[in-house]
Amino acid sequence: MATLDSRIPSGPLADKWRKHKTEIKLVNPANKRKYEIIVVGAGLAGASAASTLADLGYKVKNFVFHDSPRRAHSIAAQGGINAAKNYQNDGDSVYRLFYDPLKGGDYRAREANVHRLAEVSVNIIDQCAALGVPFAREYGGLLANRSFGGAQVSRTFYARGQTGQQLLLGAYSSLSRTVGAGLVELHSHSEMLDLVVVNGHAKGIIVRNLVTGEITRHSADAVILATGGYGNVYNLSTYARGSNCTAIMRAYRRGACLANPCYTQIHPTCIPVSGDYQSKLTLMSESLRNDGRIWAPKNPADRLKAPNEIAEQDRDYFLERLYPSFGNLCPRDVASRAAKRACDDGRGVGESGLGVYLDFADAIKRLGENGVRERYGNLFDIYHEITAESAYKTPMRIYPAVHYTMGGLWVDYNLMSNVPGLFVLGEANFSDHGANRLGASALMQGLADGYFVIPYTIGDYLAGQKPGSRPSADGAEFKAAEDSVRGQTSRFLSTKGKEPVSHFHKRLGKIMWEYCGMARTKESLETALQKIPALREEFRANVNVPGSAETLNQSLEQAGRVADFIDLGELLCRDALTREESCGGHFREEHQHPDGECKRDDEKFAHVAAWEFQGEGKTPLRNVEPLNYEFVKMSVRNYK
Amino acid sequence: MVAENQSKSLGITLRVWRQAGPSQPGRFVEYQSKDLNPNMSFLEMLDVVNDELTRKGEEPIAFAHDCREGICGTCSCTINGKPHGPGKGVATCQVYMRSFRDGDVVTVEPFRAAAFPVIKDLVVDRSAFDRIQQAGGFITARAGSAPDANALPVPKPDADLAMDAATCIGCGACVAACKNASAMLFVAAKVGHLGLLPQGQAERERRVLAMVGVMDAEGFGNCTNQYECSAACPKLISHDFIARMNRDYFAASLKAAVKPVSLGGSGGA
Repeated sequence: MATLDSRIPSGPLADKWRKHKTEIKLVNPANKRKYEIIVVGAGLAGASAASTLADLGYKVKNFVFHDSPRRAHSIAAQGGINAAKNYQNDGDSVYRLFYDPLKGGDYRAREANVHRLAEVSVNIIDQCAALGVPFAREYGGLLANRSFGGAQVSRTFYARGQTGQQLLLGAYSSLSRTVGAGLVELHSHSEMLDLVVVNGHAKGIIVRNLVTGEITRHSADAVILATGGYGNVYNLSTYARGSNCTAIMRAYRRGACLANPCYTQIHPTCIPVSGDYQSKLTLMSESLRNDGRIWAPKNPADRLKAPNEIAEQDRDYFLERLYPSFGNLCPRDVASRAAKRACDDGRGVGESGLGVYLDFADAIKRLGENGVRERYGNLFDIYHEITAESAYKTPMRIYPAVHYTMGGLWVDYNLMSNVPGLFVLGEANFSDHGANRLGASALMQGLADGYFVIPYTIGDYLAGQKPGSRPSADGAEFKAAEDSVRGQTSRFLSTKGKEPVSHFHKRLGKIMWEYCGMARTKESLETALQKIPALREEFRANVNVPGSAETLNQSLEQAGRVADFIDLGELLCRDALTREESCGGHFREEHQHPDGECKRDDEKFAHVAAWEFQGEGKTPLRNVEPLNYEFVKMSVRNYK
Repeated sequence: MVAENQSKSLGITLRVWRQAGPSQPGRFVEYQSKDLNPNMSFLEMLDVVNDELTRKGEEPIAFAHDCREGICGTCSCTINGKPHGPGKGVATCQVYMRSFRDGDVVTVEPFRAAAFPVIKDLVVDRSAFDRIQQAGGFITARAGSAPDANALPVPKPDADLAMDAATCIGCGACVAACKNASAMLFVAAKVGHLGLLPQGQAERERRVLAMVGVMDAEGFGNCTNQYECSAACPKLISHDFIARMNRDYFAASLKAAVKPVSLGGSGGA
């Protein structure tokens, strides 16, 4: 049984972080250079952590599987980043930026963590502006804001539709500066394949160079994972193709608890799947719902008709009908489920039957085509590029898609996992978004963790480790971990089955989407828990990984990742089965209010479920960290 | 996805550059790719070809890709002689099969440049770009040292122009499109982005000298004003930034030659 001590500081909410910073241990400047820290990943969290720790004087090694740290998938985030600057003088405050995500997360996040996030949000904007991030500006030269995701204040900072790109390139520029100055040792094209635990502490990793195939051992005084989310367990998602859960799953197998894996976010407005070859789903910004109207035909017989041949009275504007006060602007999870129900009724449009219309005809009547172009032109262009259809002439077809994962490795207030010395940042941890993430807060969390939290909290751990006490990479634990990695590689290459890795990834994705997607039931999850182990057996027996381990071998890389997705998928379904309530992105059909809204069970489930590996083929252990709400009352989210 | 196109399918002959490793000889190999949906992306077509090769026990074609939405800059194929293929302002991952006709012969190569050595098949090593960035593509601002973000207003036209330059995705199409394999557009985009902002002034001269120095050392060629780079750029970054960089470089070189340098040591109690 793992010990889950959240180490939340005592005292008033607003004082916790300040107090904690003054109480935790420090490392003397002359000693910092004696400590080596491994950072895996170079997205917003990883790049900001690596450069900031290097500036503090620690020796940092940064590992990325990409060819360059600038490719990390933070780069694809569109909308913006929230901060409680109150530059608009519209009543925003740290408290409001704390309260909104806490409620949006359906009261399943830690109060203290979310409050800290809101507090440091203001520093993030300062830091990014200083790095030259070209945020949108007003004519007076000051920073511009927009509103986002139902918030009642304007607190989102943005750089056109490419905010993630600009924030990431800012963090990458700092990382590049520290690499150039010799403060960070950068290992690109290097994938972490195991975590090394010595005497119960994380002290190193095993890495495969993806170009040469060389497997190397790296020891350190502490290991930081900033390796992103696991949404590709569904195969089709808005994630990059390379996004994977290998680092967190290998850490899980070495004892780190994986918390709340069933909390997955499904975004309502993505371009639907067009065929079995599909590799990727593309997001259409939520902002389109400001002017677009979502509908499906009333009659299943109409679903393949051209939309303009379906008369007004034969259309069902289902969000306007079901949620008259919020209409098309109801929250992401509610909109996604409503679209799914329409398609389940056989009313889905397009060849696959998995799509609904997002119609701009009324907006064009009201604003003119140029008015609509001014607001959404770039999105209409993207839609046209992918589908060859003009959304000015015919409604867009959209369908929900996996977009983000709120679950991840369990961490305490210091962002340290239950394995001492192992820290987890950004989307890879579970800590800040509860059961549902609000828009424009993912970027905020990644940078908060890297620039402003880990630089303080890692010292508290390192101060307790004697300088120079880091174990040698020649030790038995390193050898055992390396042997395990080599064993897996040779098993993949020698299986010589019939099917490519992608075949199994697609099948896993279909199981996950069908039985553990937007709506889940006891039966569906039990079905998934039978199908996934069977798929694992088939994968082991029948996968074909051509080529050798000594060169670039993308099939081999994917095989390792898909093996981990299979294990994570099973754990996700198990978590979903045991969480007998609906909250945020986790919707159990058995637990809903008569109007179809999520029905939480705070009596039984106001806690974090942190799963602990018990060995191959054994049922993992479900540890529980109670969520104590000291300052906010848990209430029912109501969007009617 | 498009009803009227759904029934149509097309077939092409692929001529793909296959090269087992960095120092190995490469050659074109032909593959037939049939029954393609016009709404498939070019990379999805390669996925299908690769699955077929794997089922036959052959090694699939190695190609670089990741986000598949034109922002990460990983994908890097030259298609029918054009970096990122036939479209304007798109990356390889945003090319769709409807851009080709049934029966077409489609030639696929890696981005070619001496400074981008081939790793395998269609994958090249672009780490030279990282080294250029490490030399000076940054503003030094340690976390915790920043003033309030609104303490330094930036005129909107400057911010907008900086953003135009900052949209560079670091793919290297500019290099592949240039007959001199010049990286001037890539370097100029970063020099322009940071040099246009007030925050970037303190390091402006040092930055341009350092970045251009490493660019030359890495073996990239010079600009001879053909502007193929801008035409191939998936973000359509303007070659005007090259002119701006040349001005900065000239001014910085002159100043470096004549500017007085402080002799002061580092004192302190």
